[in-house]
Amino acid sequence: MTALAICGGRLVDPAAGVDAAKDILINDGRVAEIAGPGKLKGKNGAQILDASGLVVAPGLIDIHVHLREPGQAYKETIATGTAAAAAGGFTSVAAMPNTTPVNDSAEITRWMQAPERGAQVRVFPVAAATRGSKGETLNDFAALKSAGAVAVTDDGRPILKDSMMRETLAAAARIGLTVIQHAEDTRMTQGASMNLGPVSFKLGLRGMPAQAETSIVERDIRLVSELREAHPHLHVAHLSTAGALAAVRQARRNGLRVTSEVTPHHFLLTEEHVGLYDTHAKMNPPLRSAADRDAMIEGILDGVVDAIATDHAPHAMHEKEIEFELAPNGIIGLETALGLSLRWLHKEWRMPLGRVLGLLSAQPAALLGLKGRGTLAVGSYGDVVVFDPGAEWTYRATESKSKAKNTPFDGWPMLGKVRYTVSEGRIAYALQAADKPVGTGAL
Amino acid sequence: MNLATPAIRRQVTTPPAPASPFPYNPGSLLSVLDLSVAAVSRLLQRATALEHEDPIVRDRILAKRRIALLFYESSTRTRTSFELASKALGADTTLVSNLSSSIEKGESLKDTGLTLRALGAEAIILRHNSSGAAWLLEQSTRLPVVNAGDGMHEHPTQALLDLRTILTHLRPGIGEVGPETLAGVTVTIVGDILHSRVARSNMLLLPRLGARVLLCGPKELLPEQAARSGPGIEIERNFEAALAQSQSVMMLRIQAERLAGLQLDLDEYKAAYQLTGQLLAAHAPSAVVLHPGPIIRGMEITAGVADGIQSAILEQVTNGLAIRMAVMERALVPSEQEGGRA
Repeated sequence: MTALAICGGRLVDPAAGVDAAKDILINDGRVAEIAGPGKLKGKNGAQILDASGLVVAPGLIDIHVHLREPGQAYKETIATGTAAAAAGGFTSVAAMPNTTPVNDSAEITRWMQAPERGAQVRVFPVAAATRGSKGETLNDFAALKSAGAVAVTDDGRPILKDSMMRETLAAAARIGLTVIQHAEDTRMTQGASMNLGPVSFKLGLRGMPAQAETSIVERDIRLVSELREAHPHLHVAHLSTAGALAAVRQARRNGLRVTSEVTPHHFLLTEEHVGLYDTHAKMNPPLRSAADRDAMIEGILDGVVDAIATDHAPHAMHEKEIEFELAPNGIIGLETALGLSLRWLHKEWRMPLGRVLGLLSAQPAALLGLKGRGTLAVGSYGDVVVFDPGAEWTYRATESKSKAKNTPFDGWPMLGKVRYTVSEGRIAYALQAADKPVGTGAL
Repeated sequence: MNLATPAIRRQVTTPPAPASPFPYNPGSLLSVLDLSVAAVSRLLQRATALEHEDPIVRDRILAKRRIALLFYESSTRTRTSFELASKALGADTTLVSNLSSSIEKGESLKDTGLTLRALGAEAIILRHNSSGAAWLLEQSTRLPVVNAGDGMHEHPTQALLDLRTILTHLRPGIGEVGPETLAGVTVTIVGDILHSRVARSNMLLLPRLGARVLLCGPKELLPEQAARSGPGIEIERNFEAALAQSQSVMMLRIQAERLAGLQLDLDEYKAAYQLTGQLLAAHAPSAVVLHPGPIIRGMEITAGVADGIQSAILEQVTNGLAIRMAVMERALVPSEQEGGRA
């Protein structure tokens, strides 16, 4: 593999405590050297990426995406989903197991990572916790882990039975896997299509109470506490309610290994964005009240929340162009996460750049134990995002690399334009209209 | 475990919810909120004028215009009323029901609407079991869409005909209506508010003419957040106390088809909320009794009250015809006097 030198940029690597003008050399897919500006020019015949005026940071890591393969390639494929990831600056994505069939085997876990899938960036499968995600029989976690699974979850079909969740946490703890829970007591959300509150009443839609999320998070934390000798790791997916956030906050104070992620839509939008039955504002968990949204912002700013994840959930156009109650849940998010995070968390709410990037790389890498990712320290994987931190642009869903266009952020202003995404030393994405084209270094 | 939500330490600016693009077509009537008070006044006046119009003259207003009635739910009075109203203005109507069309084969609402438009439909009257369906149909076809009931959400022509019935009794002979017309009037809506599109349209419309809307029912059928749907809406769970304040009482049917697993003791319900002759005589001896139908005699209302002198239930049905003539005229005949969106 040829070497790649990224020169002239501002290296922001929160995990390594670096924020300085540095050049970086990637060789054989790994970070080989970091040096002061100009010192790497021409080294090893490296191809040179000019990063003048740009931020160079560890490639982003999204620990919650739906790539729809196997089985639902009409919505998305691993190739198209990871192309969208690369365009959004992501070099690693954790793919949820609610595929067809459900990813509950080592075989499917390996299939998803096979080169034939045409992934543009690294895919880390998250396997089903129970067979068929039916919540009845535990899968073989050791086999799944050795096949490459980085966590287990029954995402979308939460584990309701206390005994099954306890078993899942204990079994995962024994072999060092994270349990990701989509916290929703589905007994309280039958037939519901948005958050329960004045807006759902007004729209005549059945609502999901915040309690359906909070109660499961509290139950799971109680189980983690009961099993504390075994050190289980519970990760709460797409946190959306103030109550659940408070429970996570308290669990961490009590020294339990409980982590969480929040999606951009849950820290930016509220149930009011459903408007008059906009199916692009329909997802699960649903957009919540303004108080819940404000709590998400606070949780991110004060550091309780570990990661920003997109819950990228592509659906075909015709599936969303139907009655609100009948439309499937979910929106795409890989190409808007960085732009929205910089526009709002950094610019509007004054979160330091390094901390925003940490939520999108170092912290998610740490919580899933992705070694050599989320940092650009020498020896790490050559996973890099190079972006223009001051570039303001407008997101156009029609230009998405994803097969799907279902997003409420079409036409929204973004901050920070990705110029290059480098996955293990290979350029996975380069902005076509970039005024600084890819250059080649002389020997 | 302390679950108190920490107060936001800093004031943050958040992105605003987008403005609504609806209605796309000025002839549409999706929600009562599509009508300004002036537009409501004009519709009421046109209803009266059309009712008294020479049938031969009336027949030319929408002569040979094509109106499709698209019904995904069964209906007696709404469907017949819209059909007769359209025909009284000279329009050609066609009925498409979900049980005898390609909808059964899986055709989507969007495709069904586009097909009707391609067949020459100039307006679509939609009854659908899913809240918001009328908005989807309007967005897809850009035709004038009249919402004849969408799920649990709205039934705007019902609220208009209820308003006309209330005015006939409480403000007889009134011409124009305005924001104060029903000042001092309390209208109580009783029963299954949660599942009722009639209740939602009425609670959004009546306060804009000055009325106070009291909602009355058990917690399972009347959540607290109902009072936050708009101004002028209050909750009074005690039926007798509510009756005592009412100039008009609107009884609703328990919508068994929408209860979705909700356990409700019907005997208990009847004991607390059934409108009987005795209750009416004791607490609201001059109130006008309304019911959107279908009535389940012996459940929410006794036969004696339904047929009694305070009942305006059949007047409501007759008023429906006049209101729907005015609504269909508005849908297809551009008017310079049309008031803007509320």
